[in-house]
Amino acid sequence: MRVELQQISKTFGRVRANQDISLTFEEGHIYAVLGENGAGKSTLMKIMSGYQAADSGHVVVDGQSLELRAPTDAIEHGIGMLYQDPLDFPPFTVLENFIAGRPGGVFPDMEAARQHFLELTERFGFALDPDRYVDMLTIGERQQLEILRLLSLGVRVLILDEPTTGISAEQKQALFNVLKSLAHDEQMTIILVSHKLEDVIELCDHAYVLRRGRFVGEKEIPCPIPQLVELMFGKVIERKEVPRVSVGAPVLEVENLALSSHRLTVENLSLTVHEGEVIGLAGLDGSGQGAFIRSISGLFPPMRGTIRVDGRDMTRASYHDFAAAGVAFLPAGRLEEGLIAGMTLTEHFALTLPSRAPWVNWVRAWRVTQERIQHFNVKGRPNSPIQTLSGGNQQRFALALLPDNLRLLLLEHPTRGLDVESANYIWEQLLARREQGTAIIFISAELDEIVAYSDRVMVFFGGQTTLVEDRAQMTVGHLGELIGGRM
Amino acid sequence: MTGLESTLRGIVRAAAPIVIAGQGELITERSGVINLALDGTVMLSAMTAHAVVRNTGSLTTAVLAAMGVGAAIAFIVVFSSIALKLNQVAVGFILTILAADLAVFLGKPHFNQPGKEIPHAPIPVLKDIPLLGPVLFDHNILIYFSLFLTVAVWFYIYRTRPGLTLRSIGEQPEAAFVRGTPVNLLRYAYTLLGGSLVGLAGATYSLSVKLGWKEDLSGEGWIALAIVIFGLWVPWRVALGAYLIVGLRSVAIDLQDNNVIDLPSQIVNMLPWTLMIITLLVATSGVLTKLDRYTPDRFKPVVRRFTRAAPPQALGVPFEKH
Repeated sequence: MRVELQQISKTFGRVRANQDISLTFEEGHIYAVLGENGAGKSTLMKIMSGYQAADSGHVVVDGQSLELRAPTDAIEHGIGMLYQDPLDFPPFTVLENFIAGRPGGVFPDMEAARQHFLELTERFGFALDPDRYVDMLTIGERQQLEILRLLSLGVRVLILDEPTTGISAEQKQALFNVLKSLAHDEQMTIILVSHKLEDVIELCDHAYVLRRGRFVGEKEIPCPIPQLVELMFGKVIERKEVPRVSVGAPVLEVENLALSSHRLTVENLSLTVHEGEVIGLAGLDGSGQGAFIRSISGLFPPMRGTIRVDGRDMTRASYHDFAAAGVAFLPAGRLEEGLIAGMTLTEHFALTLPSRAPWVNWVRAWRVTQERIQHFNVKGRPNSPIQTLSGGNQQRFALALLPDNLRLLLLEHPTRGLDVESANYIWEQLLARREQGTAIIFISAELDEIVAYSDRVMVFFGGQTTLVEDRAQMTVGHLGELIGGRM
Repeated sequence: MTGLESTLRGIVRAAAPIVIAGQGELITERSGVINLALDGTVMLSAMTAHAVVRNTGSLTTAVLAAMGVGAAIAFIVVFSSIALKLNQVAVGFILTILAADLAVFLGKPHFNQPGKEIPHAPIPVLKDIPLLGPVLFDHNILIYFSLFLTVAVWFYIYRTRPGLTLRSIGEQPEAAFVRGTPVNLLRYAYTLLGGSLVGLAGATYSLSVKLGWKEDLSGEGWIALAIVIFGLWVPWRVALGAYLIVGLRSVAIDLQDNNVIDLPSQIVNMLPWTLMIITLLVATSGVLTKLDRYTPDRFKPVVRRFTRAAPPQALGVPFEKH
């Protein structure tokens, strides 16, 4: 069966997630839909699987245009999707999950379902116990369960959204073997949504690439990796030589740091950052860079390793200790984590200014606010509530709130969602701080931003890190490959 | 009838409304909606049943009216949550106070007036079984219903396909949606069903357990709400909680009447809340996970069956597509 997407467009508010995308999927092939975070891959696949409705465009199966109102409509036409986060019921047993939502009488025939399920596990070589509870399974096993469920519903087109995140190497191998056999032996259509070049090269035979909501090109695989990278990230003007600030004494010394969260472990991370240095952290969201930046601001205690600030051991120090040592952190969620929605600019300063008095010195707070918003060119009045400012002005204000003599400034996506002018202004401010000897570490999803402002770059991939120190290697192409997991 | 028989019989009878309201709330909460208006609903529906039976003389009409009151209040909760996107806890809380006050106000003319009782209907033959007979089979139809309901709800949610769907929408509505379940429609249906059972619990008070309308029902609905948590959303555990609490109450009263101990009744009334807090602590502290870890493998399925329980993950969370 042949599936065509015809001129699909979808907007969320002001974000144009998909713009006029047309793709064709033939049976018996494994396709990759490639693109960086926010390229519109997931949205497009959710439209194809009936989860979301497109604003315009058609999903056409064998020449017949489908009307997809819900995922079950798509399944009826043979299109099934494995979502990025498993959409199953953790407190249920495997077998209950298998039959949930399946049409049938009031009393499900558990024995027949069990037989059916065991036949499927046998056929695909998945070792799944029907009586286990799903919350005891690994992510990989939950995927296997969902794949079996979709296959048992007669799906002929299987979409997998980032299926290799959080599963073991053996599970990935088992998954890929099954997918290859489904495509080549049973003539099914497999669509892998991914940003991992490694997986795409290993599994797929054709790649469609999306960038910023648009279809930008396709490649037969195998093909040289740099061609895919160029399609994914676009041609970027390489960095102009910026005079390097003379590097001073070490501010931050991290040795053999190990971090562990439920999805990811980071091991053996070592990094020394000097006064006036700018370090860019590159990597796809959730590759460990967020955990790292939180661990060196006192928000995420490491399992092992040491963190020193100006030579002092701060390994398990609190956020307030880090702040007292001159470390500041601006998180990505400006209104969620950084600023307080509902409070005015003056109130923010009243909260921030050090004072031992039990009352608020409003006169002083108001005066400081006036000075700082003028100095940082924030377009807003002292009594404006913070959420009424534009994103760029909120970010400027967040910078204005920081004390002057910082040792280390940590930033998460400092210019996300800002227009070019605002972004440039933010970077002027940041580079001015670096002249004063402040070291800067920032996370960004924009590779050109990383390349343009970093003295050194640390790339995160699935918890592993690669430090790029040689300026000649700091190209979008090379970093893109590292981000995609090619060492 | 022996002393034991009459005590147990009294417990089954007195606990019936709490069991019915508890199972109703369990159904509602399993679908992902919290109806916090239980206490006021019990009062208003009890008063309604009493008032209707005084005016019409028809017990059937009275029972149906009480269930209608319960369903109406439940409808406000679920409508304001799904359609108006209001906070379920806030709406439920306001409604419970409103309904309780309304019951007192509208019930004035019926206060302490003689009502009509659901006829006593011992089941022939069964009632003569020693111990079980007088305890279980010597009641009226509403009490029998409370016994039947626990079994029925348990069977429904664990043994039928619609029951599986009910659990799925309270657990992971998004996953239920991709499997073709009309999540919000079912939430309406189960909240209305649960609410009408709470209304029935009210009727069970005024037509049987605490005959008439005396305004002293305040607190019973909160107890029913507490035992749903105490029972960790499992029907038989909820019933057990109701019998346990009513049992403790009656034992305490007996002991006091016989001057064995002098325990203030307030202490006894505190028990449901204490039990609820302890249960929640145990259920969320990780003790059960540890128990599971140290259980030998071959006993694991059995132990798990008795210890596995957690609040429905989507309880109180409106369903929206991402």
